[in-house]
Amino acid sequence: MPYIPHTKTCVETMLANIGEQEIDALFDEIPPTLQLSHIEGLPEGQDELDVLRDFAEIANRDPKLICFAGAGSYDHHIPAAVWDVTGRGEFMTSYTPYQGEASQGTLQLLYEYQSMMCALTGQDVSNASVYDGGTALAEAVLMAIRSSPRARRAKRFEVLAASGVHPHYLAAVNTCVSGQGITLRSLAMNDDGVTRQDLPDGEPPIALIVQQPNVFGRLEDVDALSRWAKAHGVMLIAVVNPMSLALLKTPADWGDGGADIVCGDGQPFGVPMASGGPTHGFITCRKSLVRQLPGRIVGRTEDHQGRTGFVLTLQAREQHIRRAKATSNICTNQGLLVTASTLYLSIMGASGIREIAARCHENTRQLTRALCGLGDVERRFAGPVFHEDVIRLPRPASDVSAALARDWGIFAGIPLGSWYPELDDCLLVCATEKRTDSEIEHYRHALREVLGA
Amino acid sequence: MSDVPDNLYYTETHEWVREEPDGSVTVGISDYAQDALGDVVHVELPELEAEFVAGEEACVVESVKAASEVYAPITGAITEVNEALESKPELVNEDPYGAGWFYRLMPEHALQASDLLDAAAYEDMTEDE
Amino acid sequence: MTRTIYDKSKGAREASAQARARDHQLDIPKALLRASSPDLPEVAELTAVRHYTSISQKNFSIDTRFYPLGSCTMKYNPRAAHKVALDPGFLGRHPLAPDEFDQGFLQVRMELEAHLKRLTGMAAVSLTPMAGAQGEFAGLSIMRAYLLSEGQTERDEILVPEAAHGTNPASAAMCGFKVREIPLAASGDIDEEALKAALSERTAGLMLTNPSTCGLFEQRIVEIARAVHEAGGLLYYDGANLNAIVGRVRPADMGFDVIHMNLHKTFATPHGGGGPGAGPIGVVERLKAFLPMPYARYMDDGSIELEGRFEQTTNAHPSSIGRLSAFGGNAGVLIRALAYIRLLGGEGLRRVSSHAVLAAAYVAKRLADAGFELAWPDRRATHEFVISLKKEYKDYGVTALDFSKRLLDYGFHPPTNYFPLLVPECFLIEPTETESLEELDAFVEAMIAIRGEAAKDPTILTNAPHTTPVSRLDEVKAVKTLDLGVHLREAHQS
Repeated sequence: MPYIPHTKTCVETMLANIGEQEIDALFDEIPPTLQLSHIEGLPEGQDELDVLRDFAEIANRDPKLICFAGAGSYDHHIPAAVWDVTGRGEFMTSYTPYQGEASQGTLQLLYEYQSMMCALTGQDVSNASVYDGGTALAEAVLMAIRSSPRARRAKRFEVLAASGVHPHYLAAVNTCVSGQGITLRSLAMNDDGVTRQDLPDGEPPIALIVQQPNVFGRLEDVDALSRWAKAHGVMLIAVVNPMSLALLKTPADWGDGGADIVCGDGQPFGVPMASGGPTHGFITCRKSLVRQLPGRIVGRTEDHQGRTGFVLTLQAREQHIRRAKATSNICTNQGLLVTASTLYLSIMGASGIREIAARCHENTRQLTRALCGLGDVERRFAGPVFHEDVIRLPRPASDVSAALARDWGIFAGIPLGSWYPELDDCLLVCATEKRTDSEIEHYRHALREVLGA
Repeated sequence: MSDVPDNLYYTETHEWVREEPDGSVTVGISDYAQDALGDVVHVELPELEAEFVAGEEACVVESVKAASEVYAPITGAITEVNEALESKPELVNEDPYGAGWFYRLMPEHALQASDLLDAAAYEDMTEDE
Repeated sequence: MTRTIYDKSKGAREASAQARARDHQLDIPKALLRASSPDLPEVAELTAVRHYTSISQKNFSIDTRFYPLGSCTMKYNPRAAHKVALDPGFLGRHPLAPDEFDQGFLQVRMELEAHLKRLTGMAAVSLTPMAGAQGEFAGLSIMRAYLLSEGQTERDEILVPEAAHGTNPASAAMCGFKVREIPLAASGDIDEEALKAALSERTAGLMLTNPSTCGLFEQRIVEIARAVHEAGGLLYYDGANLNAIVGRVRPADMGFDVIHMNLHKTFATPHGGGGPGAGPIGVVERLKAFLPMPYARYMDDGSIELEGRFEQTTNAHPSSIGRLSAFGGNAGVLIRALAYIRLLGGEGLRRVSSHAVLAAAYVAKRLADAGFELAWPDRRATHEFVISLKKEYKDYGVTALDFSKRLLDYGFHPPTNYFPLLVPECFLIEPTETESLEELDAFVEAMIAIRGEAAKDPTILTNAPHTTPVSRLDEVKAVKTLDLGVHLREAHQS
């Protein structure tokens, strides 16, 4: 049943007022040949009770797996209060805050969110979010190109990526920038799973993308990469897991002045994995780049009586004003997910996320210690990690992970073969604060059985 | 009624142009244009020595409700920009024909009056809009 | 006094909801660690809950107010659709989980895809675009890829009506196209002669919203489509106004080749203060090979695979434009859309457009009867319509913005104003099918009352709003000071 409030009398009143006998008459400007009285194949309407019942069955049809996977989506605990407040109708059913006087709740929250993202990333300014981490990186690359005097003079540009940038993020960048004469090239990886330090000579790229921690969970020598970028006049774009910034130094503090633009996905802060979306992408940058920052930005100002208020600002960058010359076509942000992340960070505070980040780091180390030593299982790369790591198995990783899922209820990690054929025997694993000692022990036991070790 | 000084040339895109003794020209936006834009909050100036063809976008002026391009009225290279606009963009509203100028440009060929509008023609044009 | 969460912060306070580290033995070199703690608010859980609950109450929202906001379809979104998406069985799914353990969600994708194909008449649908604007980008990228594959390298122009949504030209520019604007005829439809004159061997396509951003159905859409196709171009349908025709007219039958839909408008995802949305795209047969990844499809054994979950190419879409985001799109929005379609059924969806149009026609008639000027009085309203307040501006010196702000005092969110740009002092009004007759009447009465106030004392309008938490905000000061965060404010002050 549609959610139409009118009684028969209401409809008659409206039609009488308009001077028509029936609703169909209101469609008489549409050529009759285009109008269908019925569309084949659509279902009959169902009662709410039946829909709830059906979807509960669909949602819970598949056996649940214990999640030891990360790679851009993380199984963190979400405090109960986060979505209780986020789900309030005043946040959930309000419109984009163009009417400032009627949107102070959303606007103040976005201002506080921007403050928090700047504090974490060490940058001056933040936008109110974009779709996800992949689109945030694509927008960051476009930003770097718009701000580069060298790019303004050239017709074709190159952007370099350090070796361990998430392959799906790079794929999203490629799709978004291919219409604009931009080539994206990745640097080679060394045997420790980080970027080789013999950086290229010759015409420098417009921008360098560095992901920290990288897709393998490994910590890059960000100071050296940053120094190289500065020495060659290259814009530095940092891709970060925001949870890691509870422990790791901010991209602003990387060697010789640090990153110019920082981006990533806010999912670790109170947003469920939910098959990958909706989450929200964040972008922060130096103040000098603020006019190139895409998406909505909230500023603090005053009303006509001198009271503090918040308002969307710098709107002249945006598509509804600049049309074909806008910084981006983006008009939505991910308002509700940003609301959840703001609640999450407020409830946790700096000490809270530090505890969680440290616990994830400890759990992942505990996991790899438990798994290594079973048969020929070993860490693939030496060196420090944040909360993900790569283990090498004596057999193709996809076979082993399939067996662990089927027979033991374990999502053992991401088999890396389809992204990196040379790592066909490797699994990317992650143990967040949610993984217990007994779950880790269960993984160890199951892997021993599967490997027959 | 907006102010249209007689001693300047104008363009259909609302720039004013003044010939300088050294052969260069100074460019700004008209009183009519600043009024239509409203409070100017930012001006993105061209780079020194940048070369433009007549009609090409040279810089951008921004108010809270609009952003518009300022075009090069004639072909030439930028010799000077009004850096004061970076910290005081409101000069464009306060004094569009004086302190609110945008840039100076050295034309490739001497200025041809026939390529531009005189004050009377510009006034006619803005009255029609 | 407006206090931020930072103003309520009290230095290192331990959160109650956190997990705790075991021993803080970090195996990370000191050179890579933070020197000092990030400046986040440190408040008790209750302080955070109370702070955000209290600021939420400063918002207008559909749960509390009527939003006749043209082009935005701010209607009631059934809570049932929301509730099913919050099932932990959906929320707990990892985006890279094996297909075998993701059959439930993949079934939702397949079923939604099938229904959207039926509703639009398209040959194939991709659910991955995360918003309408991303759908536009994807659709235009597909057009570009198709034209290149046909060797039509010189087709680099996208035509858009002058009244198009700003995203249309912005998306076309992002795809590397040049944008040409086509004027409207006096009827409000696109100027067919100007369009035909603009068509050439450089035309890649025409982007249209139908009903248009003027709230009018392009009556000669079939002829327009034929002309564009004959010139070798493609037709792109901006689905922003699908609520006006859902269940009744299909974009493919009008001649469109590519379409995006805004699921958050017609199909039950609440606006969330600015997102999330989803912008699935549909294409005709000849464009199928270019659809973005990933893409769900049935296997021979009846199970469903998400092709491109990991891979960078797919067999079903060998010329795919690629990936638009890290994973497979906004799953939660897709689940709500399917639940909504199941709740309403085909017949119910048809009644959505019937009643959306009825409500608009009724409000338009009542406003016209009360002496407000319709922008196109001889045309039918669709699900929305345009009025111009230029008479009120001339008579009383009050603008559409003043009317908007005064509506807030009457408890209504104002309609979209100053869009479309070509109508002076305009309101674009979209009442939607979910508002009661009493609410529609109350809005009309408010408009009449406000005009009465304007006649008596225009300052009531020009100083409005009077009842909201703040009055009109100084936007010039906002841009000039650029106080975009607590840290910057402190830097200003020190």
